[in-house]
Amino acid sequence: MIRDRNWFSRLFDGFNYVFLTLFAVLCLLPLIHIFAVSLSGRAPATGGFVSFWPIDFTLENYEQVMGSRNFLRSLAISVARVLTGTSLNMILVILTAYPLSKTPRVFKGRTIFIWFFVFAMLFDGGLIPSFLVVRSLGLLNTLGALILPNAVPIFSVILMMNFFRDVPKELEESALIDGASHWRVLWHIYIPLSLPAIATLTLFSAVNHWNAWFDGLIYMTDTANYPMQTFLRTVIVTLDLTQVGINPQDLQRLSDRAIRGAQIIVATVPILIVYPFLQRYFISGIKLGAVKE
Amino acid sequence: MTFKQYMKRAWPLYVMIVPGLIFVLLFRYYPMYGVVIAFQDFSPAKGFTGSPWIGWENFEFLFSLPEFGRIFSNTLIISISKIVADQVGAIILALLLNEARLVLFRRTIQTLIYLPHFLSWIVLGGILLDILSAGGILNQAIGALGIKSQLWLGSNDWFRGTVISSGFWKNVGFSTIVYLAALTAINPVLHEAAAIDGAGRFRRIWHITLPGIRPTIVLLAALSLGDVLQAGFEQILTLYSPAVYRTGDIIDTYVYRVGLISAQYSLAGAVGLFKSFIGFGLIVLSYWLADRYAGYRIL
Repeated sequence: MIRDRNWFSRLFDGFNYVFLTLFAVLCLLPLIHIFAVSLSGRAPATGGFVSFWPIDFTLENYEQVMGSRNFLRSLAISVARVLTGTSLNMILVILTAYPLSKTPRVFKGRTIFIWFFVFAMLFDGGLIPSFLVVRSLGLLNTLGALILPNAVPIFSVILMMNFFRDVPKELEESALIDGASHWRVLWHIYIPLSLPAIATLTLFSAVNHWNAWFDGLIYMTDTANYPMQTFLRTVIVTLDLTQVGINPQDLQRLSDRAIRGAQIIVATVPILIVYPFLQRYFISGIKLGAVKE
Repeated sequence: MTFKQYMKRAWPLYVMIVPGLIFVLLFRYYPMYGVVIAFQDFSPAKGFTGSPWIGWENFEFLFSLPEFGRIFSNTLIISISKIVADQVGAIILALLLNEARLVLFRRTIQTLIYLPHFLSWIVLGGILLDILSAGGILNQAIGALGIKSQLWLGSNDWFRGTVISSGFWKNVGFSTIVYLAALTAINPVLHEAAAIDGAGRFRRIWHITLPGIRPTIVLLAALSLGDVLQAGFEQILTLYSPAVYRTGDIIDTYVYRVGLISAQYSLAGAVGLFKSFIGFGLIVLSYWLADRYAGYRIL
């Protein structure tokens, strides 16, 4: 460890700590502001008097949001989407990555298959043809429209495949000699040895499903089928608060701004809950994707 | 080894890959076939196969539209500014974080600055629409300093700047990860040797740390080429309004409006195909450059 003890170096350290602290605080201030607004009463929130601490503290904005039938319905759709979508993603990623991680000698045709997937990742048919395909398959207004089109996240397949390729070949060879099938090899050797990678990709898939909203917007023609982020768009971006379905008398006592803030915070909480796990894994996840060979 | 012997062992591999193949065929390749709508007068009733062919008419019409040049240049201006801001910011932040010796401090800062990356553009957009509104906290704050309030999202003077800086807010922290990983890989012996030879702190940063992450910088510069047509669709769709179409309308938002709001499928399909084609070329070029100059391969 080198210690730089001259005054200029110390001055730099001081500046550095202050700068980084300010930068991090600046990143969070908008969130803190909205949080404070969401806990404030009507007059201070509407009048714009709240900065970073609630005024006329109240939980009623949250009570109204959590008591809103439309909001809870969209929340249920999002939860269903995350559970089914993430499971489907992971099953397909593992099943697809395993054969692709073999050499062309073990898995004849690997080269063709890999290019089949890579080309599908690089060339995009585009929004309109994709929409028309989903519609022609009769998926509009179904959960299928949200989970099937991206059921195979190809980049994740490639990361998983690269991870599988680093599993020592000797384990597999001896198992195969002992008569184990590829199913058993995948289940008893590859999956247990790849849990960190699987955890990373699972978390990423879940976060993506939770955050996705554009597919809900185009594939759900009935707003009753909107997942939460899409629902929030109608409330937050197009400012159509009638969608929330809060009793007009109740709404008079509250601030639109604070209600919107409360919904933003509710949508953020699940991310904050998984965030510590995400952070533990995503660095390894990034390295998974970085420089191979 | 006969085919039968080979298959006796290998058949599960083919069974495993079938579901993935079906999904990709249906939801990636079938839409690729669907790009034919760009050369048709497409009607949903007749489908991809039954609609009449009209050759390049959609493209001729598209290139004659005044919007076309606008969405193309807006896309490039916004995306390139974002890439430059994001990468330069990430390198500087990573270097500063690397110089901060207190591990706990460094971890805390990292945790805080990565967070916006994991929030959706609906959540971040909702926050931005609030804090950037006419009476929002930002205008209040600069008002207290005696600066005139601005329509950050509603004026053509500010919209691009707002998009670039809010994109920076969401992504710069996360972009530091790759550089931080590269920085930890630098052998500390190099620093010690240089220190013994009398190199001060800033000379070491200049002559050891920066050259140490040069391959990473080259790699990310090459890979970012594949993103120059991605100006941030979800972000702009959340933040923009007709008042800022002149500076903020990009290819993707235009395709969405023309195709899915006005149901002019063929015209939107032509714009989309134009983008897909150039985008494909750019990605292939970026991977080639990354391989050539940074030894990076995805396979």
